[in-house]
Amino acid sequence: MIESIDHNSSQLNGNGQLKHFLTTEDLPATLLNEILDTANSFLDMSSQQVKKVPLLRGKTIVNLFFEPSTRTSSTFELAAKRLSADVLNLNISSSSTSKGESLKDTLMTLEAMHADMFVVRHPDSGAAHFIANQVTPNIAVINAGDGRHAHPTQAMLDMLTIKRCKGDFSGLVVAIVGDILHSRVARSQIHALRTLGVAEIRVIAPKTLIPKDIEFMGVKVYTDMRQGIKDCDVVGMLRLQKERMNSALLPSESEFFKLYGLDTEKLKLAKPDAIVMHPGPINRGVEIESAVADGPQSTILQQVTNGIAVRMAVMSMAISGQLNNSNSPVQR
Amino acid sequence: MIRIANGRVIDPANNLDTITDLYLDLGVVAAIGTAPAEFDEATATLIDASGQIVCPGLIDLSVHLREPGYTHKATIASETKAAASAGITTVVCPPTSKPVIDSTAVAELIQDHAKACGKAKVLPVGALSLGLKGQQLAPMSALANSGCIAFSNARATISNSLALLRCLEYAATHDFLVIFNPQDNSLVANGVLHEGSTSTNMGLAGIPEAAETIEVARSLILIEQSGVRAHFGQLSCERSISMIAQARSKGLPVTADVAIQHFFFTDENAKGFNSMFHMQPPLRSQLDRAGLLNALVTGDIQAICSDHQPHEEAAKHAPFAATEAGISGLETLLPLGLQLVEQGLINLPQLIEKLTSAPAKILNIAAGSLTVGADASVTIFDQNRSWLVDQDSLLSAGKNTPLLGSQLKGRVTHTLLAGNLVYSL
Repeated sequence: MIESIDHNSSQLNGNGQLKHFLTTEDLPATLLNEILDTANSFLDMSSQQVKKVPLLRGKTIVNLFFEPSTRTSSTFELAAKRLSADVLNLNISSSSTSKGESLKDTLMTLEAMHADMFVVRHPDSGAAHFIANQVTPNIAVINAGDGRHAHPTQAMLDMLTIKRCKGDFSGLVVAIVGDILHSRVARSQIHALRTLGVAEIRVIAPKTLIPKDIEFMGVKVYTDMRQGIKDCDVVGMLRLQKERMNSALLPSESEFFKLYGLDTEKLKLAKPDAIVMHPGPINRGVEIESAVADGPQSTILQQVTNGIAVRMAVMSMAISGQLNNSNSPVQR
Repeated sequence: MIRIANGRVIDPANNLDTITDLYLDLGVVAAIGTAPAEFDEATATLIDASGQIVCPGLIDLSVHLREPGYTHKATIASETKAAASAGITTVVCPPTSKPVIDSTAVAELIQDHAKACGKAKVLPVGALSLGLKGQQLAPMSALANSGCIAFSNARATISNSLALLRCLEYAATHDFLVIFNPQDNSLVANGVLHEGSTSTNMGLAGIPEAAETIEVARSLILIEQSGVRAHFGQLSCERSISMIAQARSKGLPVTADVAIQHFFFTDENAKGFNSMFHMQPPLRSQLDRAGLLNALVTGDIQAICSDHQPHEEAAKHAPFAATEAGISGLETLLPLGLQLVEQGLINLPQLIEKLTSAPAKILNIAAGSLTVGADASVTIFDQNRSWLVDQDSLLSAGKNTPLLGSQLKGRVTHTLLAGNLVYSL
């Protein structure tokens, strides 16, 4: 009797192009590959002398961060500037917009400044969907992380890293290790990895950090890291938020590191050419050993470079998706 | 005198289901079938109910009227008017107003206001503990004398078992009914959706099934120990119902109701972050929904209610977890109930029983029947007439229902409260 909202109707235009980027869930493989290919071309460009392209000249992009972040917001800013857009960074403490009406008021104020795109980070799951449904139709919304729900640009930069290191997704065994429960990165990675067709996705954590029924997302659950990491091609570590230690989820940092921290010894169980990813910032000695983080298998710094390219790709694609959306929704 | 002519009169309390005439006089049911001796065609009011259903006025076991304290959401005037239009003549309101119903002043204020509005009878549920804080007994006897029909601590569960036992023992002393909305708040924590694959995928904090079942188990033990009359309101889990059914089969006099939306929706409806599906208790899994429907058929669910929770627009206008829980349900209670009949799960007299005589029996009140001499609260509806649920058609101040935009079958044409016509289409 009641249809639930289809993700794609909210992030794709009538031609199947990206008009918002809210989640990696339900996006077709062709579109994910288009993001990766576009990002790849920007990556080649960023090694050149002149790093700017005029793709978004005259466009105004507002970085709307309701949650503190230096890394994500600065890579979005850099990506926007390399596309020649004007950028406004707004850090809004969520306490000043604790209720929806004031969030709506904030959006209306920003719309009056004729913004073309909002890059949104918010502590509530679903906030990016909410904002995308609220804004006037020609404004693109890019989700820079909403609660525990999604962080699609982080997931796509991880996919780009895997693709550049491994060439192909098929046959890969990928392990995601750490605080799966609170991780929007893990959720977005899982959706993207499934669509891109890896052989196996494993999540590794104690039961307190594994959300219920996560098997339905198409992953295998391991509570023993040594078993879970065995013969993996990719090991994706997650950041463990220090504040989780204060609740009843984990006994101590040292016990967590002993059991689930990635050290040289545990990494030996993975394939010899396995890569190690981490969304950063890393907690050395909590989820990852320094020797591993700085070692030859680590891709942590490549991920940062790839992040700028992926963000340039989705920003330019979403702006063009908005244009094509308003011009001719059916033909083209 | 009023003659309601040629309707299909369904009165489950008297096993009546026949096309006949109903006569009302001086606020009570005067006769069924043959006209009473004093009937005078010339002076009587005639309501033609041909092709319609005539039944006792509906009794809704959980209606949040929002007054006093939350009149920006709804008022007694707005919600009793909506109730009348939905054929509901008796509404039971939980003690969660502000201030809560823990003093005779609040209990009386609500009833006085409802009487002045004259659209529906309002039966307040008194707080089980002062301020719903779970520490000190509320003045139950005084509250009962002021019209409180039962006592409850709503979802502010009394976690201290000794304090809860004392409350139940005191209620049992006076043979008061205690209504449980079982919920272990430490397990609910900041949860907003049933804990399962959907909440995991959406990254929403989950409310595990155990948040309800653990409280059902503890409550059943303390009910047995205290000997209190008890009812479980608005259950969401299949396992809760089976635990209560098992206790009943062992002779414990406990009953249960379910809010009608839980027969139709599941956690999966929340995909896409539609805040209209943010409810408490949360919509549960497909298995729970199937279990609730099965319990409806077997009779382990005695009554159906709307769990009406009207909200202002802003309350639902935010990211899912930041929205308030609950749906505006008064006006869709009967139409959704008729869908259960259409699906062949229960028949029409069984539906009407769960909306009239069964809740009356749970509350131990003389209502919900068309017995000669009974209060003339009568609902007349056309089960085939369809209508569009939208901002304009809903009379409740709360338009927060996922059914907005749906075409529903079943429309009330007349509602009589103690012989007075309080609604006609």
